[in-house]
Amino acid sequence: MRRGLAIAAALGLLALPWLLHAVLPANQAGFWMGNILGRALVFGIIAMSLTFLATYGGFVSLAQMMIAGVAGYTLAIFVEGAVPRIVGGAGYALAIPLGVLAATLMGLLVGAIAVRTRDIYLLMITLALSMGVFRFVETNITWFNGYEGIRNVVGPSLWGLDFRNPWVFYHVTLGTAVLLFAAVMYLVRSPFGLVLQGIRDNPRRVSALGYNVALHRIAAFGVAGFIAGCGGVLATIYNIGISPGTIGLGATVNVLIMAVIGGLGHPVGAFLGSLIFTVFDTFAATIYDRDRFNTLIGLVFLVIVLASPDGVLGVGARLRRLLTRRAADK
Amino acid sequence: MELAATIVLNGLTLAALYFIVASGFSLIFGLMRVVNMAHGTLYLVAGYVGYAVFEPLYDQDLWWAWYAGLAAGVLAAAVFGALLQQVLLGWMQGQELRQALVTIGISIIAADQILAIYGGNPRQFFAPDAIFGSTQVPLVGGYPTFRLVQIGVAVAVGLGLWLLLNRTRLGMMIRAGVDDREMLGACGVNVPLVGVAVFALGAALCGLGGVIGSTAQPLAMGQDGRFLLISLVVVIVGGMGSVTGTAVGAVLVGLAEQLGQAMFPTYSVVLTFVMMVAVLALRPQGILGRA
Repeated sequence: MRRGLAIAAALGLLALPWLLHAVLPANQAGFWMGNILGRALVFGIIAMSLTFLATYGGFVSLAQMMIAGVAGYTLAIFVEGAVPRIVGGAGYALAIPLGVLAATLMGLLVGAIAVRTRDIYLLMITLALSMGVFRFVETNITWFNGYEGIRNVVGPSLWGLDFRNPWVFYHVTLGTAVLLFAAVMYLVRSPFGLVLQGIRDNPRRVSALGYNVALHRIAAFGVAGFIAGCGGVLATIYNIGISPGTIGLGATVNVLIMAVIGGLGHPVGAFLGSLIFTVFDTFAATIYDRDRFNTLIGLVFLVIVLASPDGVLGVGARLRRLLTRRAADK
Repeated sequence: MELAATIVLNGLTLAALYFIVASGFSLIFGLMRVVNMAHGTLYLVAGYVGYAVFEPLYDQDLWWAWYAGLAAGVLAAAVFGALLQQVLLGWMQGQELRQALVTIGISIIAADQILAIYGGNPRQFFAPDAIFGSTQVPLVGGYPTFRLVQIGVAVAVGLGLWLLLNRTRLGMMIRAGVDDREMLGACGVNVPLVGVAVFALGAALCGLGGVIGSTAQPLAMGQDGRFLLISLVVVIVGGMGSVTGTAVGAVLVGLAEQLGQAMFPTYSVVLTFVMMVAVLALRPQGILGRA
């Protein structure tokens, strides 16, 4: 039944652009698709890499936005047409896999550095690592063009379909998100995923069973790095470039907010949280005050953390339990 | 030789500021097990509240303007910290990750509200004449007096903390609370009150760093993230919850930053982090941390 639900949801999302187009005026339909749904999917992918680690490994990593940035910067450095041209010469077909590869390696590196730490120590160390990369990128002109960043990463053309077209971007992003989501769901049922969940619950017992705990942890960070890398490539194309601000403290915390608002109990929470975040971000002006988005999203975040540690997913589950109990009482 | 001495002295004065700020972070972590991600926010709160008191007095040329700003800043941070513990964190004792998330939420809201009230323009305190100007230092020559005062304050803070924790009744209760909260409560000590006191003290230290830091360098948005990060790195390197460890960490980070900036400016940031990673790899609990 759950698989049926997932397929129905994916088909619904696939058909959404046409649906929006039928309901809304043309410019608004394009706005919703590109600026809200497309963006929510891109950042949902990055947030899912955090959720994957938190749900199945018990690691809350604050390095995932930085890892996404590694993919974005690698893409921007190698791709043809970026301004300024740093290495250039490579097409998107080469630069995108390079970016994802770099992010995967960065994920493995972060995992290796943090391998002996847990819980809040892990939180602190991953935050410190990502801020270190951020400040390095900000001061380095030769490779990252410093504060300015690298612009004009427009994205490839697929069979005559331009990436800058919101319809194309939306569907490519949706496809990537669905594939990654399915891969995560498959992975956590595989032996690797089961060992990972065993480590989350009791690392000593897993170790006593003969599994290499450290290696599994590092591999999990590698998988999360791959996911974040896919998101980072898409985010860079979405933003038509990359600058240090996209991996700064604010951006890092934003990804955490998305994951926590949505709920760390299941990877789908990342996409829910990302959608809620994006909607708030876009309509903060009408809800509260144009410049006070951070106060608004901070309050939402605080209320969620205080009221329901499992985020929106937890609220949903609680409501469902309440309703079934009501039904049973009758 | 003169250059080397200047670099070392610069590193030490910077380390002094880092120690003052990070000691509050380390105290709260070591004794309450709370990673206060709003620690940088306390720096900003102290800076801006202190500035609001300082500025009108300074305009009237009152010699005690800076001291009033300092007192107001420290007090504001202490009250903020005590409220944070009393209202939000106290009742989720032991849920470390949740507490860290709550403080992240607070830091986002507070930074945004400070921006709304004070705007984005950088501010700066001006130290009173008595500790302004320059002093002759052997090997270095003329050196800003205020930066030497910074070292003095840091030493006083370090000694004071050590005396408080090791030589007073409150310090005894605090140290006992780290090891066994229930037993401390059973001995008739009001444990939640001790918690609020520790939080207020840690926040006050950060506030002290906020006003002193904003005298030595501009006060602006973004400093909260910077000082949170510095506090993290200092206590990760030095060892969490240890006053001596925090001092060692602060000196290492301060020196590394100044050395790096003198020798390879672009990559100076990396030096700090290479050091952190090296310490983590060899001693995950930090140089002087308890295993």
